[in-house]
Amino acid sequence: MLYDFLYLAQQTINALQQGSIYALIALGYSMVYGVLTMINFAHGDLFMLGAFACMLLAGALAPLFVTFPPFLLFLVVLLLVMAIIGFLGAFIERVAYRPLRGAPRVSAIITALGCGLLIESLTLVAFPYSKSMPTLMRNTTFELAKVADPSGTGAPLTLTITALQIVIIVVSLVLMVALDFLIRKTRWGMAMRAISFDARTVPLMGIPANRIISMTFLIGAGLGGAAGMLYGLAYPVIAPSMGILVGWKAFIAAVVGGIGSIRGAVLGGFILGAVEVLAVVVLPSTYRDLICYSLLLVILIFKPYGLLGHAPNQKV
Amino acid sequence: MNAFLTQAAKARWPLPALVILGFAIAILSQYQPIFSGYTQIILITIGINIILCASLNLVNGYMGEFSVGHAGFMSLGAYTSAVFTTKWLPDIPMLFPVAVIFGGMIAAIIGFLLALLSFKTRGDYLAIITLAFLMIVKSTWENITYVGGPAGLLGVNKMTTLPWTLFWVVVTILVIRNLIYSKFGRAIIAIREDEIAANAMGVRVREAKILAFVVSSFFGGVAGALYAHLNFINPKYFDIVKSTEILVMVYLGGVSSLGGSILGAVIFTVLFNKLEPLGYWRMAILSAMLIALMLFRPRGIMGMRELTWLLPKRELFPKGVVEKP
Repeated sequence: MLYDFLYLAQQTINALQQGSIYALIALGYSMVYGVLTMINFAHGDLFMLGAFACMLLAGALAPLFVTFPPFLLFLVVLLLVMAIIGFLGAFIERVAYRPLRGAPRVSAIITALGCGLLIESLTLVAFPYSKSMPTLMRNTTFELAKVADPSGTGAPLTLTITALQIVIIVVSLVLMVALDFLIRKTRWGMAMRAISFDARTVPLMGIPANRIISMTFLIGAGLGGAAGMLYGLAYPVIAPSMGILVGWKAFIAAVVGGIGSIRGAVLGGFILGAVEVLAVVVLPSTYRDLICYSLLLVILIFKPYGLLGHAPNQKV
Repeated sequence: MNAFLTQAAKARWPLPALVILGFAIAILSQYQPIFSGYTQIILITIGINIILCASLNLVNGYMGEFSVGHAGFMSLGAYTSAVFTTKWLPDIPMLFPVAVIFGGMIAAIIGFLLALLSFKTRGDYLAIITLAFLMIVKSTWENITYVGGPAGLLGVNKMTTLPWTLFWVVVTILVIRNLIYSKFGRAIIAIREDEIAANAMGVRVREAKILAFVVSSFFGGVAGALYAHLNFINPKYFDIVKSTEILVMVYLGGVSSLGGSILGAVIFTVLFNKLEPLGYWRMAILSAMLIALMLFRPRGIMGMRELTWLLPKRELFPKGVVEKP
């Protein structure tokens, strides 16, 4: 009984780690969709760039921070990565998406696909082989509990949590709460919600729509960059292809939660993390993607607008 | 000479003449070394890409939806036809066309089921459902040992020849052309322009969408079957990157234009192969090209225009009559 409970607790910790990374990326997809009703297919590649930026920055800054506690280095790198990737996201919007705002919607989606491909192939040019991430902090493993195998034959089961897992979960939660506060309580957030409610009327009310949209891309991409850094620290071999592999899955998370909904993206991210971890417990790991995407199909059949999304009113 | 060319551009005879000439050269090339092996493979690849492009254009261009799952239909056609020719009825070259049709049929059936699911809700969800479909198909092949699992299916005979490819290109273009200029074609174009208005005018929106999607997936499967009997197949090939390549070809050539699809497939395939020595720069150049094209010509090179030769006779207007905008 206790053994099973511990096993479940261990898987929950793993699922939380995985889910919080997915949730952070999904937020970027969902925010952009909410404001522009556009799927930003370049977002996964911004996530990937976050990991690479972290690798480069950590390598460059590490000698300067020898005398400081390692957590300071982590914080500085995190903020820098978020700023760089955030401005890159806003830049892409300015150069590639804004000129197409009047064009057919598909043109913007194709441009986004093109931007994603461009980022990925340029990263491949710079780093043709997968790179290993430097360790930013000492990764202590904390042993929370230990139980002997009830059958008496196997090794005892220990419930562990690593410092890195704690950092990943805490940093993601802090970012999510901050975002929720920004969107619900500040004037910027109110303007964002207003644009997603009615993009045509809002500029008439004197709200600088373009600035708000740039801001949305900046925040969304910044969160994606932070997710890339956390992912890179958790799975320290990074490659340009992870933008596609992880990015598309986070997109699924955003859709499951209800694309356009901020809380939905977080919910979707954690659900996806839980499903991935549980799927590997029950079935061989090669079935993981099969189960994730089948789950998406099933959810979309019964709830076409996602768990927390709502059907848009169609105006004739 | 110039006058001859202008006249030929407007006349009806050049297209059948070109097709017959093409078949003559293609059949002759099987017995005489007209093309090198490399050129032949490039030509067949161009043909397969034209089929993929034209069929995807039916959904993404004429119907105005956004499907990203075409590589999934391609892999369905590739695997089922390859299983047909290697495991069920092996070593009977006569049955190759049957295998190709079989691959297309399986893709069409799955396409039908997918269309039933996806056209319940608004446009964006097709993109999401086809994405999920693509991943599910790829993951399924990876987990079935009967078709070789992640290593891919081995021992497929190289039966795709230039005449067969040309035959299927002609069939695809003809079927899709006739479909678009039929009553049904008007219906899907009306759906693209305004779904609610089309519905109000008596278009059966869901039926028209499902039919277009099924036709598109059938030819996706056919292209896959042709591909399977030319190259080595492996689940990883038919992933989102392949779908993106097809999308790039469609939007490069131009939406709602079969001439554009042909042009896009030719330009993309030739560039893709010519730029091979550039390594990873190749994809960077192609994607930068795509972005620039979208910014300056959002509908692609031949977007919303058609090659005059491909238009049916009644769509051509005699001199003095104002052309349709």
